[in-house]
Parts: sequence; structure tokens; C-alpha cells
Amino acid sequence: MLAKRIVPCLDIKDGRTVKGINFVNLRDAGDPVELGAAYSEKGADELVFLDITATHEKRKTLAALAKNIARNLNIPFTVGGGIGSIEDVDVCLMNGADKVSINSAAVRNPALIDELSLQFGNQCIVVAADAKLINGEWIIHVSGGRIPTERRLFEFTKEMQERGAGEILFTSMDHDGTKAGFAIEALAQLSDNLDIPIIASGGAGTMAHFEEVFTKGKADAGLAASIFHFGEIEISDLKRYLAGKDIIVR
Amino acid sequence: MNLTIIDYNAGNTQSVIFALNRLGIEPILTDDFEAIQKADKVIFPGVGEASTTMAFLRQKGLDKLIPQLKQPVLGVCLGMQLMCAHSEENDTTCMGIFSEKVKLFQPNNGEKVPHMGWNNITNLKSGIFDESLENERVYFVHSYYVEQSSYTAAVADYCQPFSAALHKDNFYATQFHPEKSGKVGARIIENFINI
Repeated sequence: MLAKRIVPCLDIKDGRTVKGINFVNLRDAGDPVELGAAYSEKGADELVFLDITATHEKRKTLAALAKNIARNLNIPFTVGGGIGSIEDVDVCLMNGADKVSINSAAVRNPALIDELSLQFGNQCIVVAADAKLINGEWIIHVSGGRIPTERRLFEFTKEMQERGAGEILFTSMDHDGTKAGFAIEALAQLSDNLDIPIIASGGAGTMAHFEEVFTKGKADAGLAASIFHFGEIEISDLKRYLAGKDIIVR
Repeated sequence: MNLTIIDYNAGNTQSVIFALNRLGIEPILTDDFEAIQKADKVIFPGVGEASTTMAFLRQKGLDKLIPQLKQPVLGVCLGMQLMCAHSEENDTTCMGIFSEKVKLFQPNNGEKVPHMGWNNITNLKSGIFDESLENERVYFVHSYYVEQSSYTAAVADYCQPFSAALHKDNFYATQFHPEKSGKVGARIIENFINI
């Protein structure tokens, strides 16, 4: 049986791992190379590396840092942040990434996803959808959550699937950093709507939140940052807890 | 030992190099025919889309070279699929080292496609496996699969049982990514090195 995945996320700003609340108020969480290696050793199932300043400051992903992280990793590794072309994806893969996460560029130029999936295969292309609930609608935001768009979560992700995305990384901006639990209802609806795997992000605070996201939330993977970086939850403890709840984990 | 990785725009070549480095091996990355032919071991990696990747192989003539190799060859993921006869992914004719066809997963119980994540491998055969690896979890990420056949060297179950690995003569192949499968994957690579 396929196992549910636990995915630590390294948000990188200026070469350091940072974590904020509702996408702002960043605080330092350590050296990403050390954190990456430690997670790989502790039983994380994948690692996500997001250069959160890349789009905002119009920088490309920190290729050299990605390479240093990848060197020490024996688990899959996704890189995101400012990726907008075939060349960008090539650079990430050449530096040891296994998948790339596309965010703003997928909204601005949806046809990019067709091009990338043809060039690299669907399995390589993760579309990161950052959304916020506004007047009862999940509105997609771009540029690290700074700019609202006219796209809605469910229609946007469906289009991304049809264009060749291999996975959706859905972050609820309302839940991100709050440690109050994932956006369970939206996640379950998203999972029912789509045929590709969903990585749930935003709101993890307790082990019970992960149980909930894999059962009621129907997610395939659960992503979190601060609770892992600051040692509030150990991945090995979380795996044991989930196994005890009859959730299949590695 | 001379371990050579075939260089052909295969996507995650760097991941394979790092995995070998962690085992203390410095592989050679090349598309030079002579260098590939004289290697002790050859790894044929692969991440990508079948038709685009086969077109690259044809352009370089590697589609003719690889089936003629005599030393142990390990195909990984798309590499394994391209060693089969045909892929449903954009109706692609592949190299035909294995006579199998590569088919798109058909979910029958709400399974997501691609099959992405850690799944068990069972019924292990061939020199890249050993008893300690039976029923261990390895990392898969693929939408197309190879059916079971007499060449099946490992079985995984998703939508239905399928070939997680193949073996025929000097050709070994895994659908999963040993280079990304933690300690279990490292052991499989070591076994390949020691064949």
C-alpha cells in the first residue's frame, strides 16, 4: 500500500530557513543544508525547498544552495521559487532537484504547465496554489501571497491538472503558521475534484492535525515547516502516532 | 571500478550522481559511445516524458547502442520504461530490450495518478535485491507502468500488481528511484555495484 507522506518544507530567504505567520513576520529557523540532511536522516518522506523571496525580488532559485542540500539527501527533493521557464526547471534539475514547484508563473502563463510537463514529464511538475478564503471563495494569490488574482482554487487546480501538473501543493494562507489545523474541508473538496495527488500545507500544529488531514482531509501528503524546524514535533514520533491510528506511513 | 551514467538530458542525473557519491563512487557522466562501451557498469537514468526522451536518444544514436551493451546496465524509472517495447505515453516506440508494453494506470478505487510516494516491493529476484529488502518501501513517481511478466524482478501494487523491477541477462531496471529511496535504495545501488 502506498504510504501517506510527511514533508518538511524549508522556506529560504537570503540563504537561511525562515518561517512566518500568515506569510509575514519571518523568523530564522536555521541552516537549510543542516536541516535538510537532518530531516532525511530522521525519516522525512520528501523535502520541499521554497525560495520565498525569489518571485518578490525577481531572483532565480538559489541553485548553489539547492545543490548543497541535494548532495546530502537520499529522499525526493522539490525546489520552488520564481520558476517560470524550461531553463529555470533545467537549472533546478541539474542542481539535484527531483521536482519543481511552480506558483506565480502558472497563474500568469497557464500554458507553461503544458510545455513543462511535455519536456520533463507530469511527475516533475508541482503546482503550488496559495489561496485565501474571501467572501466564501478560495482566491488564488501570487508573489508569495502578496497579490490576489481572479482565479479560484478549484477551477484553477482543475485546469492545472488538465495541462499536465503532476501534483498540487495547496497552502491555505488563512491557516499557514497558525498551528490551528489544516483547511480540512477545502482539502477534501480539492481531493474529490482532482485525480492527481494533493500536498496539504498550512496550519499543522499537532500530530492529530496530520491524522485529520489524511483522513477527513483526504490529502496524500502533509507539509509543515515550523513545528519540525523548532522541534515541536519529531517526525519519528509523528510516524509512530499515525501508524497507531491505522494510517499507512513509511 | 568504472561506473558510467549515460548523459542524455535525462532529468535527474544529478540525483543519481549524488547517490553514488554518498557510496564513495565518482561516476563518469558521458554520451560518448566508446566510453559507455568500456564501462564496468552503466546506469541509464530517467525522469521525463517518453516521446521527448526517446527523440533525444535517437538523435544521439543511443537507442541503438544501449541494447547492445554487454556489461550490467541499470535503467531507472523512465529509463526502465524506455527499455521496454512501447509506451502509451504519446504512443512512443521504445528500445525493446524487454518485450513488455508500458501502460497508463487506470484507477479502479479512486487512486491518484501519478503513483507518487513510498510503496512496498515484494517477490524480489535478481542480483540487485537481497532477502533483507523484501517488502521494504521505495520511492515511486510515475503515471505509466509495466505489466508483470517472466522478466519481473519485483512487484508493487497500485491499481493492480505491476513490475517494480525487471531483469533479463545483463539488463536490470527499476520503476522506482533507488537514488531517492533512503537506505533501502542505497542498498539496491550497492548490490548493483557488486554484481
